[in-house]
Amino acid sequence: MFILITGLLLGGTYALIALGLNLQYGVARIMNLANGEMLVAGGFAAFWFYTAGQINPVVGLIVIAPVAFVVNWLLYRIMLQPLVTRAKSRGALEVDSILATFGMSFAFVGIMTWAFGGGYFNYAFLAQPVEIFSSSYAQNRVVAFVLAVVIGGALWLWLTFTRTGLKLRAVSVNPAAAPLVGVDVRAASALAFALGGAVTATGGALVSMFFTLDASVGVLFTMKALIIIIMGGVGDIRGTIVAAVILGIAETAVARLIDPGLTLAAAYLLFLLVLLFRPQGLFGKARG
Amino acid sequence: MTTREIRNFIIAAALLALCALLPVYGSPYWLTMGTTMAMFAVLATSWALFSGPTHYISLATAAFFGVGTFVTGLGFQSLPFWALPLIAAGIGAVLAALVGLVTLRLSGVYFVIFTLGLAEMVRQVVTWVQNQTGHRGMYVLTSITEREIYWMLVGLGALVYLLGWLIGRSRLGFALRIIGNDETVAKHLGIDTALAKVALFMVPGAVAAAVGAMLAPRYIYIEPATAFAPLLSFQVVIMALLGGTGRLWGPIAGVIPFTLLWEVITRQAPNQTLLLLGIAFLLIVYVLPGGFVGLWDRLRRRYGGQP
Amino acid sequence: MTRPILEARNVTKRFGGLVAVNDVSFDVAEHEVMGIIGPNGSGKSTMINMISGSFAPSAGSIRLRGAELAGKPAHKVSRLGVARTFQLVRLLPELTVIENVMAGAAFGHRRRWGHEAEHFARGLLDRLGLGQAMGMPVSALTYIDTKRVELARALASDPKVLLLDEWLAGLNPTELSTGIALIRSLREEGRTIILVEHVMDAIRSLCDRCVVMSSGAKIAEGTPAEVLSDREVIRAYLGDDDA
Repeated sequence: MFILITGLLLGGTYALIALGLNLQYGVARIMNLANGEMLVAGGFAAFWFYTAGQINPVVGLIVIAPVAFVVNWLLYRIMLQPLVTRAKSRGALEVDSILATFGMSFAFVGIMTWAFGGGYFNYAFLAQPVEIFSSSYAQNRVVAFVLAVVIGGALWLWLTFTRTGLKLRAVSVNPAAAPLVGVDVRAASALAFALGGAVTATGGALVSMFFTLDASVGVLFTMKALIIIIMGGVGDIRGTIVAAVILGIAETAVARLIDPGLTLAAAYLLFLLVLLFRPQGLFGKARG
Repeated sequence: MTTREIRNFIIAAALLALCALLPVYGSPYWLTMGTTMAMFAVLATSWALFSGPTHYISLATAAFFGVGTFVTGLGFQSLPFWALPLIAAGIGAVLAALVGLVTLRLSGVYFVIFTLGLAEMVRQVVTWVQNQTGHRGMYVLTSITEREIYWMLVGLGALVYLLGWLIGRSRLGFALRIIGNDETVAKHLGIDTALAKVALFMVPGAVAAAVGAMLAPRYIYIEPATAFAPLLSFQVVIMALLGGTGRLWGPIAGVIPFTLLWEVITRQAPNQTLLLLGIAFLLIVYVLPGGFVGLWDRLRRRYGGQP
Repeated sequence: MTRPILEARNVTKRFGGLVAVNDVSFDVAEHEVMGIIGPNGSGKSTMINMISGSFAPSAGSIRLRGAELAGKPAHKVSRLGVARTFQLVRLLPELTVIENVMAGAAFGHRRRWGHEAEHFARGLLDRLGLGQAMGMPVSALTYIDTKRVELARALASDPKVLLLDEWLAGLNPTELSTGIALIRSLREEGRTIILVEHVMDAIRSLCDRCVVMSSGAKIAEGTPAEVLSDREVIRAYLGDDDA
């Protein structure tokens, strides 16, 4: 029971992070391997607000999310859109975007190391325990989970019921046909990329409440988000959430029962099973 | 053989001799640099054999390399040293085949992602196994000198070039070029694309593991965190792409300047190596697609001469 | 009628709830040119894709000289002797014209390699009127020439059955008559060809027999003259009002 609930709490935050990346890949077609660094930057910001200004990280989100939105929008417009324009095929864009975002990833790590040093950072926010089903959990994990659910839910409602959300989904399904019904694919892609970045940075701020981060840890989160997306299926919100919870529980189980140093190996085991048996994702239909 | 091929062979042999004699005329400092360059030249060239034509970016080098160092670490006391790179190559090839079988029938993204975390995953498992058995790192104390390591690497490099040349002329090499152009067409032309990709991916797997086995004595002390450092994979990708994968000589044209630059940066500003790596990636994508080889071809086309 | 070289039996393809091809059977005899015609979305291309191994039928069998093709991956189908062109031309952009054709010769049904492949590819290109273009990059070709290269690539493996998926689509009237003459010359040398086509002139002048498909089902089969006067066929093409 303890493992299930801890896993669920962790999975909730993972889901939010993966949703961010899924927006970027599903709509904007950018396999963003610098996603984890955006997460770490969000965590850094929350840490800095808390230690330097005594600002509650939850309140800090009000600043972090919009800033991340703008930064990611600029990144897309300046760095990535030229690649989309010049790409001759989906495959060429994939290679280019992978290399470019690797570059950004390393550059961000370099800049963050230079700005904040290479050390670990964490802070004690709501570290008191809270009791659920007669086991105790850190309050900050519960708060992070609740926030992730609220934000993820809001995002889902927005994508499902608003006109802009519909546009994004149209681009995600068929970027070639979307302009025929009056969707500006470039604007929609930039919006999705920016939104994805904002969601990821928010996830980073939440994660920083209970994880110890350092400048170079981003790639691990990128890995996990990627595994979740592949498990859940590209563009599939429901799949992403289920996959994130599965990963959260699997990691917690492995960490508790075998060795905390094996969390990535646990994620890989899931990844392997998905690749072997359901490469189209948990709920995906086999392609013809 | 055409006269042009004979000429190229003579040039290659002369260059090889020049490289092989470095320990004779070079200072110890340049021998150390030479060993590092030879290591990256072998890794990057073998990487480009697979990733060049197929455009599948492999980040698995560090995993294979680490496995190779562990082969030496575990076997140097009981086996003759010359056998270790061979064993490592065998294990590396098998590991590459397994990774390839899982990922290469799917699209390129799956492959990149899988190889991205592979070294870290293997490191976690090896660390765990060591914790279970009560081992920490290992000392690799051998009588192998830097000079011998260097010669082994140069020899392996010559082998890789020869192999690359042979593959380039073979049906397998042609099949891979077709796959890199259009995989669907390749299948309809009768190419077993999954098999071809797996077969060729075994080459960098085997070579990287052999390089790891050869270099293990240089580290003296081996532990998972250093043996499986993911950075190596990225360095290899950068150097190969900077040089360009369109020609066999491309990767080495990237290895030499990048190794020198890396050396300067690590000495002057050790915290900025990652930034350098990042900038190099961005430069390749935005300024130098095709690497130096691409630039060379463009210049030759502009200023006449045969391409 | 000679013994059929290709037999399709009760072939069905479902995509989720959609039935794209429904219980279709037909035979193709050796040295025969058979057309598959029908309105857009009637399942013609799906049929071609199943024969060539792009995807497996949900049910039914497709046999080439008795060997089962259904469910085999594309590369095995190709090696058994089925070559195809694509609805939208797919050449290998980084290869030269002659390399594109050699790619067809090297891995398929009858394999050729090295000088033999090059010689063979030259011969094919000469025959198709591309003798001047051998060493050119494919980006320098005109539209009809890209179609010719694709045809040469398909022929390069000496296939038992050649599938042409709307090979004549998009050609102007002059090119069209050249194209029809080209396919006729293939027919005269005894090739077995299945062609999916919209161009009625081509169907009349090239096909020995036609299969007509509508909404995934076969609605008629016979000589072009027979099927094109069939009431059901006319209804399928023009709608109920005109029938």
